[in-house]
Amino acid sequence: MITNFRLWPVSASSVAGQFNLLFVVLLILCTLVSVAIAIFLIYSVIRYHRKSENELGSQKRYNIPIEVAWTVIPFILFMAFYVWGANLYFHIERPPDNAISMYVVGKQWMWKIQHPEGQREINELHIPVGRPVKLTMTSEDVIHSFFVPAFRTKQDVLPGRYTMTWFEATKPGKYHLFCAQYCGTKHSGMIGWIYAMNPVDYQNWLTQGAPEGSLASNGEKYFHQFGCANCHHFNNQGRCPDLRNLYMRPVLLTTGQTVTADDSYIRRKLHDPDAQVPWGFSAGVMPNFTGIVSEEQILALISYIKALGPQPGTQEPSSSGAAPTQYGTQKGIGGPGATSNAGSQVEKR
Amino acid sequence: MAQAVAEAIQKNYLNEKQGLLSWLLTTDHKRIAILYTFSITGFFFLGGFFALMMRLELLSPTNWLVSSETYNKLFTMHGTIMVWFFLIPSIPNTLGNFLIPMMVGAKDLAFPKLNLASWYVFMLGGGVTVYALVRGGVDTGWTFYTPFSTSYSTTYVVAAAVGIFIAGFSTIMTSLNFIATIHRMRAPGLTWFRLPIFIWSMYANSVILVLNTPVLAITLVMVGVERIAKVGIFDPALGGDPVLFQHLFWFYSHPAVYTMVLPGMAVISEIVPAFSRKPMFGYKAVAFSSVAIAALSFLVWGHHMFVAGESVYVAMAFSFFSFCVAVPSAIKVFNWTATMYQGSVSWDTPMLYAIGFIGLFTIGGMTGLMLAVLGLDVHLHDTYFVIAHFHYIMVGGTVMAFLGGVHYWWPKISGKMYPEGLARISAAIVFIGFNLTFFPQYVLGYLGMPRRYAAYPEEFQMLHVLSTAGATILGVGYVLPLCYLIWAWYYGRDATPNPWRATGLEWKTPSPPPAHNFEVTPVVTAPRPYDYEAMKEELQLV
Repeated sequence: MITNFRLWPVSASSVAGQFNLLFVVLLILCTLVSVAIAIFLIYSVIRYHRKSENELGSQKRYNIPIEVAWTVIPFILFMAFYVWGANLYFHIERPPDNAISMYVVGKQWMWKIQHPEGQREINELHIPVGRPVKLTMTSEDVIHSFFVPAFRTKQDVLPGRYTMTWFEATKPGKYHLFCAQYCGTKHSGMIGWIYAMNPVDYQNWLTQGAPEGSLASNGEKYFHQFGCANCHHFNNQGRCPDLRNLYMRPVLLTTGQTVTADDSYIRRKLHDPDAQVPWGFSAGVMPNFTGIVSEEQILALISYIKALGPQPGTQEPSSSGAAPTQYGTQKGIGGPGATSNAGSQVEKR
Repeated sequence: MAQAVAEAIQKNYLNEKQGLLSWLLTTDHKRIAILYTFSITGFFFLGGFFALMMRLELLSPTNWLVSSETYNKLFTMHGTIMVWFFLIPSIPNTLGNFLIPMMVGAKDLAFPKLNLASWYVFMLGGGVTVYALVRGGVDTGWTFYTPFSTSYSTTYVVAAAVGIFIAGFSTIMTSLNFIATIHRMRAPGLTWFRLPIFIWSMYANSVILVLNTPVLAITLVMVGVERIAKVGIFDPALGGDPVLFQHLFWFYSHPAVYTMVLPGMAVISEIVPAFSRKPMFGYKAVAFSSVAIAALSFLVWGHHMFVAGESVYVAMAFSFFSFCVAVPSAIKVFNWTATMYQGSVSWDTPMLYAIGFIGLFTIGGMTGLMLAVLGLDVHLHDTYFVIAHFHYIMVGGTVMAFLGGVHYWWPKISGKMYPEGLARISAAIVFIGFNLTFFPQYVLGYLGMPRRYAAYPEEFQMLHVLSTAGATILGVGYVLPLCYLIWAWYYGRDATPNPWRATGLEWKTPSPPPAHNFEVTPVVTAPRPYDYEAMKEELQLV
């Protein structure tokens, strides 16, 4: 009846080893200190147990060097672990450039996942071993949290914005996926499996699924279906900006500020088109798509715009005021002197 | 003989006036403390009942006892009742109410009528919360995270929030009363550095509560406004920001966590010197550590949100302050332990609870450090590791301290001695039951078992069964004192004014004390607190 009892979690990601090391070192240190305190406590309680009703203890009140020592030494030790832990956190929070992008939409009470190749999964995620995978996540309703204990990663999934997590599986296998943020009645049912596969098996799995088209090509379909193409022409003649070579580039706004055209910016334009209008264009042109496009369709559209280039990692993603000249001449795309304003929050940096 | 009879019928706060009305309309801080004791004991066992139901449900990986809906309501009501109607008022409003005027040598608190009003407000808040419960409960978790609480939950969120909102006023009233009393009502000669540590900690605690409770109040109002009027504050569908709620809530609730444990530390800081017959070691360090905890407690709220999409630099700042706040807690543990060293250590029940507190608080504190480590929190956050951590502090810490304090001051409160042997046994039962309940939850946590799961994968069952077994033992450990303390109230041996030969002013008046605490206002001449040296003759110690 009671199966698979264990005392140490499965470790199956590139981060897991680093987590384990830090956890075990800190655990050993804490245990040693706790045991030392306990021994001293028990020794005092037994050795100085009251011998007679009228006995009085020593009346020593303080010892300054000892007070200073047990204030300063713990603080220094704490700082060592603070730095170590912050270092690991930076690593956990920053995806490598070569990560495969996948997209997650959480809703009460399921995980919906889209692969760039077009595969869709519910409560299951197939990934290759040895390749970093980056998940861009959002929620259709309440806050969820994407938690894979075997990978030692967890990230809240928020409605109305994108959050990001990444991992690199190191061992093929089947691992728990939990929702870690309480999300309503069937919270404990919002669970699934991560299937980490050898690259060859993963390729087979991808081809087996045989979806109708890639995520970007679905995005292209929506681009026409929702009438985006009517205004966003692939030249500078349309009423709206040309979306080619836009992804992750700086956009100069009518306010004079600059934002990066990242996932969050694109999503925001669909829900609140009159905010953050690019320089040279006017508000009131683009309709509001709230309630018309689903979160998954938005992710497909983003994927399409991303496919229109440039590819991530090939150029500096964020503006430093020195965008290539071809963009400097283009309407609304950040030019010289534009200041960066990280208004979009998809990725922490 | 005549004198003995006169003494036997001596007037005290318990027998001076009789009848129910004399209790319901009393402005005596000691009687109000008793009223609060009744209330919070009731809430404790109500919250405990919910906990027991949860533990029974978790015996099996499937929903064998209650549905998911019911389970979610159970943990919500357990948290709500325990946090706002037991832990926060527990020690301050019972022992604090009873002892603060006596420890500073005053006849009552600064505002006796406000004190009575705070009890009625508290009961009104409790009543509204219980109404929410009876009508069908709440399923948001005690943390009321948005947008679930504002737009998705179909349960009695507003009623529960109103109950907590009302109870907040009672907290503020009591805290103001304590602050005013400690500032203005100290006996002649009782300077700040002659005050017991209990007063220092309760003072720090009251300052936190006066500052942070209004933040909770306004946050709950915003939840209500969004839920009823659909004004977009937290729900992105209405144009709000869901994480804003977490900032506001934890800005209140992390300091609130310290207001649950500072009173526990206050009690332990009295028990340890009294039962070691030694002054508090490092008195000033311990006193200021309470103040440091109060100040730093307002700078750590973001450590609840390391995986909520916080920037890494913000997370680093909150992690840093979380380590900082651990330093004053560590100072306290070291000084308590050092106070026992070379003392005359008694093994009476209050001391057993204090020793238990130090051990469990140390474990709870150490695991708190692990959670403050950014890279570790990513995995441990929202798992049973967190549950185990804060139960070690709240139950292993505060509840142990509360029980220790109740035993320590029971002779003063009731004028009777409790049965020592039985009390020691139940202290041991609490300690064993507690560890068996919550230690397996640490393991569950780092294995990856998430919080608030009504059903779970089979591999976690063994540890859940152990935890439930522990909970039943713990339950016995809590019911026993309830029984024998009530028994002792009627049939216990009469207590002398100072049965432990302790140094505080509260022991310089009869047990139970007269209505105005002291026949003559005490004048403090001893230069230092816990001055056994100066009181050697008086206490007949050698």
